Amino acid sequence: MPTTPSPGLLGRKAAKADRLAELMGERTDGGHGAGIWREALSRMRRSPMAITGAAIVVVFLLIALFAPVIAPHSPVEQTWGDEVFPNRNVFVGPRAENWFGLDNLGRDQFSRMVIGAQQTLLVGVVATLVGFGVGALLGGTAGAAAVLGGRWGRQLDNAVMRFIDMMLALPTLLLAVTVAALIGPSLLTVMLAVGVAQVPIFARLLRGAMISQGGRDYVLAARALGVSERRIALTHILPNSMGPVIVQATLTLATAIIDAAALSYLGLGNPDPSFPEWGTMLADAQRFLSSAPSLAVYPALGIIVTALGFTLLGEAMREALDPKLRK
Amino acid sequence: MSSSTPLLSVDELSVVFRRRGAEATRAVDGVSFTLEEGRVTGLVGESGCGKSVTSLALMGLLPERGVTVGGSAVLRLPDGDVDLLSLPRRRMRDLRGSQMAMIFQDPLSSLNPVVPIGRQVTEILRRHRGLGGERARREAADLLYRVGIPDPTRRLREYPHQLSGGMRQRALIAMAVACRPRLMIADEPTTALDVTIQAQILELLRDLVTEEGTALLMITHDLGVVAGLCDDINVLYAGRAVERAPRSELFSDPTHPYTIGLLGSIPRLDAPRGDPLTPVRGSVNDNIAWSDGCAFAPRCDHYAMDCLQGPPELVGAAGGGAHVHRCVNPGGAARAEPEEAAGAAGADTGPEGASDAETGADDGAEHTAAVGEDEEGRA
Repeated sequence: MPTTPSPGLLGRKAAKADRLAELMGERTDGGHGAGIWREALSRMRRSPMAITGAAIVVVFLLIALFAPVIAPHSPVEQTWGDEVFPNRNVFVGPRAENWFGLDNLGRDQFSRMVIGAQQTLLVGVVATLVGFGVGALLGGTAGAAAVLGGRWGRQLDNAVMRFIDMMLALPTLLLAVTVAALIGPSLLTVMLAVGVAQVPIFARLLRGAMISQGGRDYVLAARALGVSERRIALTHILPNSMGPVIVQATLTLATAIIDAAALSYLGLGNPDPSFPEWGTMLADAQRFLSSAPSLAVYPALGIIVTALGFTLLGEAMREALDPKLRK
Repeated sequence: MSSSTPLLSVDELSVVFRRRGAEATRAVDGVSFTLEEGRVTGLVGESGCGKSVTSLALMGLLPERGVTVGGSAVLRLPDGDVDLLSLPRRRMRDLRGSQMAMIFQDPLSSLNPVVPIGRQVTEILRRHRGLGGERARREAADLLYRVGIPDPTRRLREYPHQLSGGMRQRALIAMAVACRPRLMIADEPTTALDVTIQAQILELLRDLVTEEGTALLMITHDLGVVAGLCDDINVLYAGRAVERAPRSELFSDPTHPYTIGLLGSIPRLDAPRGDPLTPVRGSVNDNIAWSDGCAFAPRCDHYAMDCLQGPPELVGAAGGGAHVHRCVNPGGAARAEPEEAAGAAGADTGPEGASDAETGADDGAEHTAAVGEDEEGRA
């Protein structure tokens, strides 16, 4: 089989077409190699929702990354003096040297919030990675097995998905509490517990996306060209199924932050009371809700705004990537 | 030209779909035809007549569950004949893309949206010809150029959505011909395209067949496409061929009432204005089983008692030669359609008969008519 084509009829026609294109000048449609992600990005730049979400996330990330530089005081150092009488429920409010005031133990609330942001980010990212990693592995296996078919494929898909169903049958928080109770309270517990609770969502999402992609024409076209089933699953179906999963990861970051705060609030987080974490701070502030409500307001606002930021960004990404909304 | 053994001979192909709790569907019910190198064979019929299922069966792309494929489809390969329907899956996969390729209806959905065109073309080259890296890229650019895509190196980096519909179909054709397959199946390759682009794609396909000596199976419901491109035509109805003829004979002397009905459904420029079209009544849902008689009988204006006495056999048409049909009462149809008969008689003089139908169809068909005549002169 010769690799170089004979300059026959087709070659001559193509040469003619080329010459014509040359004379008509360069007519480009769209930028060079702009993929759907770049296109989604340009659409997100025009969406106020995406910009708001991204702004919140960026501010939060900066605070978390540069926390030791930003925090004016140590988060554990206590200020004792005439003005601090925690036992009499008298609290120091915001002032020049303590922007958010002092907490019930005389520690700088602003510094605790800033350092706490670091913990919150860590928990959110690790928990999401655990959920994403394990979920995508299970869902990808089941999805590939379902698409490739055959008796073994169907059985493998079935086994994985029934396991996922079992996980799904437990309420998220209960599942997290169970995990936390099994391996004892610590920050790692919280991360794993929250992550495990997210596994079913990722698994089902990826499997569903892969199965729906498996029936598409380009998969049939690839088969018609003799591409192997394994290659079809890995290089054709999987990349096309990742969009919704990546959006879900952004949304999960928000859920993970809230879930982590809830677990810490329930006392399943790091048992060290000096350890600044928004959920733990919220739990501590509960006792002083009537005399010093601001102690609860700061961590609560922190959790709400951060979760909102990630949610806005995730939703905007979902919209930007949705082929139905694309022009 | 056709003296040697055919490249592919399909004999009594049948495809039955079975679903639990439902009656089995005989999508293809004993279809036989042959493909020859350098010739275009048309498979014509309305939706649901089994044309696409036939092509998927030949390519081995039907799902395994709930599908029973019968008959044989013998493909002539350099190292001997093989029956495509009984080949192991792995062997079949090696043949697909290298010895036989398929072009689909919708070029946008047939390309992977998140992979650049270049990688989709080189994938085939790597798979079947073991080309990699820079050589594969050069060969891919060369292929795109040969199917008429200007500035191929730039196009290789682009994604499917950045190409126009015609470009996408050209890219798919480039992928199909990447390994110079002996057999190509085109399943309504122009249905999703503009008429002007349709004409260009048909011309490209015709050129490929002429230059490479590929055998092309053209699946379509568009008689304009058939008239412009196909050398031999099989008319399918309810999973069975009801008429088979060389192009000019089919258009000049259609015999089966269904074929006549199909031709009568096309608006004609040379018919007096205001003349009603003569559509085929009803839909494929009205069929009776072929085993009971002529499946078309419920929609036929001329069915007689004979039509319901068991399956009609393929018989030679009045003109003889390669023209066969499956109608027990063809005279009835001709008698009851005097205009149709007159039109056919007038067109009997030669290949011009084909252009009658083309003029009636659309721009695209008219364009392709030139291609057809060109071929005619050469043959």
